[in-house]
Amino acid sequence: MAFVKKRIILYYAPNVVDEPIVYKLVTEYKMVPNIIRANISPEKEGSLVIELSGEHGDFEKSLDYLRCLGIRITPFGERVLWDEKICTQCGACTGVCPSGALTMLRPQMKIAFDAEKCVVCDMCLPACPVKAVRLDV
Amino acid sequence: MASEKTYEEINAKIKKGKAVVVTAEEIIGIAKEVGLKKAAEKVDVVTTGTFGIMCSSGAFLNFGHTKPKMKMSRVWLNDVAAYGGLAAVDAYLGATEVREGDPLNNIHPGEFAYGGGHVLEDLVAGKTIKMRATAYGTDCYPSRKFEKLLTINDLRDAVLYSPRNCYQNYNVGVNLTSKTIYTYMGILRPRMANANYSGAGQLSPLINDPYYKTIGIGTRIFLGGGSGFVAGPGTQHAPNEPRNEKGIPLGGAGTLAVTGDLKQMNPQWLRGVSVTGYGTSLMIGIGVPIPILNEEILEYTTIEDKDIQAPLIDYGAAYPNAESGNLGYVNFEQLKSGSFEYQGKQVKTAPLSGYPRALEIAETLKQWILHSSFYLGQPSQTLPSVEGKEEK
Repeated sequence: MAFVKKRIILYYAPNVVDEPIVYKLVTEYKMVPNIIRANISPEKEGSLVIELSGEHGDFEKSLDYLRCLGIRITPFGERVLWDEKICTQCGACTGVCPSGALTMLRPQMKIAFDAEKCVVCDMCLPACPVKAVRLDV
Repeated sequence: MASEKTYEEINAKIKKGKAVVVTAEEIIGIAKEVGLKKAAEKVDVVTTGTFGIMCSSGAFLNFGHTKPKMKMSRVWLNDVAAYGGLAAVDAYLGATEVREGDPLNNIHPGEFAYGGGHVLEDLVAGKTIKMRATAYGTDCYPSRKFEKLLTINDLRDAVLYSPRNCYQNYNVGVNLTSKTIYTYMGILRPRMANANYSGAGQLSPLINDPYYKTIGIGTRIFLGGGSGFVAGPGTQHAPNEPRNEKGIPLGGAGTLAVTGDLKQMNPQWLRGVSVTGYGTSLMIGIGVPIPILNEEILEYTTIEDKDIQAPLIDYGAAYPNAESGNLGYVNFEQLKSGSFEYQGKQVKTAPLSGYPRALEIAETLKQWILHSSFYLGQPSQTLPSVEGKEEK
């Protein structure tokens, strides 16, 4: 059996936040989870960047379990790029960014992008009216 | 009686390079420092600016006559339909017209990748546009089909004419339902998780002259990076909106119809936009100079964000169902701070129009006037307004 170790991002709807996901990954799917970054609050949408290691078959089953819960999974190899030259500094992206990666510098009201804080949830992509943010895969 | 200035006097000072011009942001501090009376004597023009999505935008285009001649009844530019129900080679291209074949909202929320706003931006940027037209043919206009690759330089005329731009104030969009909605006010998350607003607050053109005492038909303005004019009140112009004690309307209220030569404009200030789940539109930069004719007009320009309230509107149910009323008011100081409290809960705010760009417009207009390359246009008729300074 092949052994896998992968970093993925889980994107939660508010109704899934109560589910003991990490516990089940360990006990039912024999995964060894390493939480890289988490942004989860009760009754709110959340995102979790997690490294899972274990047997390949168990890893695939654990992904199926997560998908069944309605959790969106994206590989962490992706990153969001922000192009300041295209950006109109409108700020629409800052209203949907859950991790504080896209913020407004006040009082200038200019956009700042902190790639370190980005969890690649992709929420900013549909929010930007001029496609100044894009996904680099 | 404080001294009064005329348009002619201010224009004479602009010509000599002696006019005192400041932005609507700078005037706040100046008036606090020297007082309203002195500020009104010293300052000649206050410049304003706004840069946001304005859907009622578009342009009249004239393609020049073909040989043989043609009465173009249907016209497309990069597969975006323009209205051809005008004389032979005239058409009107609207910002929200979506490219033919777009999947629209069939897979919701639609992306709306390209539309009229994008064509306008591409034209102004000098890009090549694929134009095609059809006609039924007449004795005087026999041609029935025409196709051409063209740039803005090939157009005989290209005139931006927007029936409604530059709303005086606007709604703050929220969503009280339990699912995310995709609106022209952006993405609104459930249970009022976020609030989106539009407008430049204390820099906004019509906020700085709330009763339109200096703005009307013929007011010369910064428009899309060139100079244009106020053509008249915009559609839905509603001066009777309730106002606060400073005269600021507590909702949309005033609007402008604007026009200008598209060939003078700059793609930096005319951007095609795709609003997910809603459609395409145009982000446009507008700056209006306010001539300081007297102390009263100056006082209006000293308006601050904290004194501008915008109504909170539920775009989940109330707005689409045309229900009147609102959920309360939020001022621009709160909106710009990033969050406000509503019923014990912090609501995250985000703007949809770029404040730094609005400031750049006000600053650019100021420089144009200081360098005698822009003169005030005296309105032949100011916009319809309401009597009296205060309702309360």
